[in-house]
Amino acid sequence: GVLERSREQLLRQTCEAVLLGVLHPRTAISLVLQVLSDAGSLLSCCLNAACMALLDAGLPLAALFCGVTCALQPDGTILLDPTARQEQEARAILTFAIASSNRKVLMATTKGSCSVEEMQQCLAAAQRAASTIFQFYRDSVRRRYSKC
Amino acid sequence: GLLVTKCGLLRHRPGGGGAYWVDSQQKRYVPVKGDHVIGIVTAKAGDVFRLDVGGSEPASLSYLAFEGATKRNRPNVQVGDLIYGQFVVANKDMEPEMVCIDSSGRSSGMGIIGQDGFLFKVSLGLIRKLLAPKCEIIQELSQLYPFELVLGMNGRIWVKAKTVQQTLIIVNILEACEYMTAEQRKQALAKLSGN
Repeated sequence: GVLERSREQLLRQTCEAVLLGVLHPRTAISLVLQVLSDAGSLLSCCLNAACMALLDAGLPLAALFCGVTCALQPDGTILLDPTARQEQEARAILTFAIASSNRKVLMATTKGSCSVEEMQQCLAAAQRAASTIFQFYRDSVRRRYSKC
Repeated sequence: GLLVTKCGLLRHRPGGGGAYWVDSQQKRYVPVKGDHVIGIVTAKAGDVFRLDVGGSEPASLSYLAFEGATKRNRPNVQVGDLIYGQFVVANKDMEPEMVCIDSSGRSSGMGIIGQDGFLFKVSLGLIRKLLAPKCEIIQELSQLYPFELVLGMNGRIWVKAKTVQQTLIIVNILEACEYMTAEQRKQALAKLSGN
């Protein structure tokens, strides 16, 4: 449907921003994501899975990226990684894809309405949370290479 | 500036000018000039064979690139045969080209791989481990049964032992070596040689 198509496009734009395509001309890189269970924050989960898959496949990347979802509740508090229930009750859901090199934003998408200040606050919170996710990537890769 | 594009272990070789490189694991092969690989013949197009080497494009192999091959004396290559050769041209802009002779015109072990045997695929990291000098895995396996082994840098291994069962046992051990530690491997081999 339209929602899946929009998610595909967002993922594609984020991946194209970090993949070094010049090293593989005339080649198609296809990324297949299978949703096993959806407990909320699906898009940022897809972004994280996509980055780990690209890492695992050994494709040359200019930077890593991670996805963080923020839910703005009606009273103004920011919730990171909301569950499906919290997403429904929230006033706005913002998803950011953050690059590892300088914590810059690669992709931002919003559902619902929020003010510019609120978006800036969500972005700052997402950038702080990104460090935790990148540390998780590092730990996973370390565990994998410790067996060699 | 310097940019790291793949994840892996940083290794250092102190000799000569010194070299640093990132040792990464992957399963997908990218053709590199000078690599020895196992290719599967998929088509014969006039004077050239098309080989599947596991990369994004099929490699080409001229029929004159075998030891002792002339226009009258063509090599007997059929579709589906296995060929062990090396790349003379392999970059991102051109179709990869292979040959089965080295620079002096001798075959030095390259050419058509014989009948029977078993071809299977492993990750590139395991191949590099097996090709390291004095690899323990190969030494331990050779104590078990005599066998023929061809290792392709594209992740393909061809094994042939005396019986089908011995061949399959060696295949299973090589595939499992990726995830087993040295201890577990020694235990598995001890159990097999006890039987």
